[in-house]
Amino acid sequence: MDYPFDAIVVGAGGAGLWAALELAREGVNAAVLTKLYPTRSHTGTAQGGVCAALGNLEEDHWEWHMFDTVKGGDYLVDQDAAEVLAREAIETVIELEHMGLPFNRTPDGKIDQRRFGGHTSNYGEAPVRRACFAADRTGHMILQTLYQQCIKHGVKFFDEFQVVDLLFEGGQPDEGGRAAGVVAHRLADGQLHTFRAKAVLLATGGFGRMFRITSNAHSLTGDGVALCYRHGIPLQDMEFFQFHPTGIVGIGILLSEAARGEGGTLLNDKGERFMERYAPKLMELAPRDMVSRAMYQEIRAGRGIGGKDYLYLDVRHLGRKVIEEKLPDITDFARIYQGVEPLKEPVPVQPTAHYAMGGIPTNVSAEVVRDDKGTVVPGLYAAGECACVSVHGANRLGTNSLVDLLVFGRRAGRQMARYAGKVERPMPIADAAEPVRAELEAIRSREASGESVAVIRKELQDVMMDNVGVYREGKLLTEALARVKELRARHGRIAITDCGSVFNTELLEAHELGYLLDIALVTVTSALARTESRGAHSREDYPERDDKKWLKHTLAYRGKDGPSLRYKQVSITRFEPKPRTY
Amino acid sequence: MDVKLRILRYDPEQDDEPASLTLAAGVPAAGAAENTTRPAAGAAGAPVRGPRWVEYKVSVDPMDRVLDLLIKVKADQDGSLSFRRSCGHGICGSDAMMINGRNRLACRIRVDQLGKKISVAPLPGLPVVKDLIVDMNGFFGKYRSVKPYLINDQPEPERERRQSPADRAIYDDTTKCILCAACTSSCPSFWARPEYVGPAAIVQAHRFIFDSRDEGSGERLEILADENGVWRCRTIFNCVDACPRGINITRAILEVSSAIVGRRG
Repeated sequence: MDYPFDAIVVGAGGAGLWAALELAREGVNAAVLTKLYPTRSHTGTAQGGVCAALGNLEEDHWEWHMFDTVKGGDYLVDQDAAEVLAREAIETVIELEHMGLPFNRTPDGKIDQRRFGGHTSNYGEAPVRRACFAADRTGHMILQTLYQQCIKHGVKFFDEFQVVDLLFEGGQPDEGGRAAGVVAHRLADGQLHTFRAKAVLLATGGFGRMFRITSNAHSLTGDGVALCYRHGIPLQDMEFFQFHPTGIVGIGILLSEAARGEGGTLLNDKGERFMERYAPKLMELAPRDMVSRAMYQEIRAGRGIGGKDYLYLDVRHLGRKVIEEKLPDITDFARIYQGVEPLKEPVPVQPTAHYAMGGIPTNVSAEVVRDDKGTVVPGLYAAGECACVSVHGANRLGTNSLVDLLVFGRRAGRQMARYAGKVERPMPIADAAEPVRAELEAIRSREASGESVAVIRKELQDVMMDNVGVYREGKLLTEALARVKELRARHGRIAITDCGSVFNTELLEAHELGYLLDIALVTVTSALARTESRGAHSREDYPERDDKKWLKHTLAYRGKDGPSLRYKQVSITRFEPKPRTY
Repeated sequence: MDVKLRILRYDPEQDDEPASLTLAAGVPAAGAAENTTRPAAGAAGAPVRGPRWVEYKVSVDPMDRVLDLLIKVKADQDGSLSFRRSCGHGICGSDAMMINGRNRLACRIRVDQLGKKISVAPLPGLPVVKDLIVDMNGFFGKYRSVKPYLINDQPEPERERRQSPADRAIYDDTTKCILCAACTSSCPSFWARPEYVGPAAIVQAHRFIFDSRDEGSGERLEILADENGVWRCRTIFNCVDACPRGINITRAILEVSSAIVGRRG
């Protein structure tokens, strides 16, 4: 089937839904495609809050938020984008309230705000109350509120339609081609459908599933990111992947930073608040990359709990009222997934793979750019975690993922509406679905004796976790590169047992594993090349930040013999790079 | 430890039975056969097949969730086993299913809470598409029918609308809903009358009816006063038992009923 639209949004998390809402308000003929149902999107799992310098409880300014974002990102942040982020955070949060989001309230009825890691007053002086929140289910309420508004505005949804290819007209992007639509696999019957459109937004989220221990949903396989790479669009700063300090041991489910924002502490085997030694001013509210590294150091020094590879998060002193009113979900997670009662005992935690700072390069209008000069791919947009605008640089601050998807999802929708009003709809492309149909058929028809999805996926997750995690070094990265290449070759021989068309989730998992392998290859290649330590990329063989050589963004292009790397300048407008201490 | 995991399997492309089986809570579907092996597709002499229980032996840790078990079966024993899953920790609502006779999220219930014999079937009362996957379109249609969005045509203030913590607390419980359908598909009134809007949609309406910022209560209460609205609730409390978010659904339904009565009074 061929569906003609003016705009297509791929992904129904916060970025995609807000973009769709803007398109609907502008009267653009648009549709949202999601491989889940919209309310299943991973935005819904964000817990702690969304930062905006409202100043409802104490003095705050967007300039402070911008500074914190730049410093938190170890100065790899594009400062023009960080300024947009911090300024527009305020109006987007107010607009969410107008849409009905049930924020917690101050006694006088304003939006309540709490402290969060790396967010400070007066350019780094002390923690500031900036995170607006709805208990510890802020993301859930954002996702619900935006979906509600989409229903109100009659947004067209294609639920359980998984996008498996991008279409271009007038050549591939590097030949000057423009976006022309997408090909989607309908889960209900396995049919491929072509959606033609003037403007296409990729809002497909992250790809934490390439790691063994991750907070990410099973569905986070980097679909939009890998598809861009396959079509010759470079991927930016892929070596920067954030490990969140407080994941549930062994399974990686997140216990929000809100626990520390409300006053929770981290303890080692001796009962010491070890963060005193690493970040004396902000302690547990230092940025995530620093806290995760501190935890690894404690574990290496034998001060993990019982000498093992985890530490304690302690919230007992906060009292029942704070825990039950402000942290109900994460308390519940500790009870269910660890059998621990946080009111009475400390909770075992370890770092978990959480967030991709890198992704599809865009400008501040969410337009995808394909080189170091900012050349736009006409009609192609990206927003949210799959995009790299870059507001997170080398390390994202807590809550800024939500700010990012709100601010740039909204901008994407508005820009797409303007663009769609100016250009003609692309012509139908003959046999548009054929390349991906052949790819899927090859998997489906291969002899059952081939390689297994589960085995290759597990080997990938193991090597990424063990060799490309919180700490990295040349030798381990070189080894990982060889392993990922081998796994990619084996993926070409993958076979499945399900030959059906209806909800063939085995086929889709095989296809998604291909995305993860491509992304892992780019991640390792970019990490191996960057011989410095910055933000979440911490090289034991190059422990210092090297601004002379490395104050630049990585751009990884698909090449014949693997990714080829180029670099792009960082935008510095207000804040000159300084050493990063807290 | 090893557990015996029984899964109610159904493949619309190989099985003869139409996909419209409806289960009563805890009772296997009528005609569900006790098979431990699957005949090859189209094999000569293969019996007529409908939905059937298939048993798997799975080696597990007592802290594993049922979702972990399903993933293990899919990885090691039968790649064609189909189920929905996403976040894996009880927030996205993808993996609601009937586990040992109760509707639950597979990612929120541990082996040590269930014992060594575990049975898993699709949500009752909804059309089965394949294995543990049910058709959710009707469910979401009912959700949309109650106008689940803030209605307020007043000009927006420059800053946030004010709402006191007490007013915010009134509807806190129903903001937790994740639309997993565990409640609606556990409701005997819904099984008996599929046109009933169901507990989940009423919960979503409640969230706005009792929000001090909303001005659309009248429209919503009118919809819910309909013959397929709140009066279908027989306060059986299955929904409360099923809700993975701990929402007191029956109370929410009664609050909506009272609001309808109060409005008419």
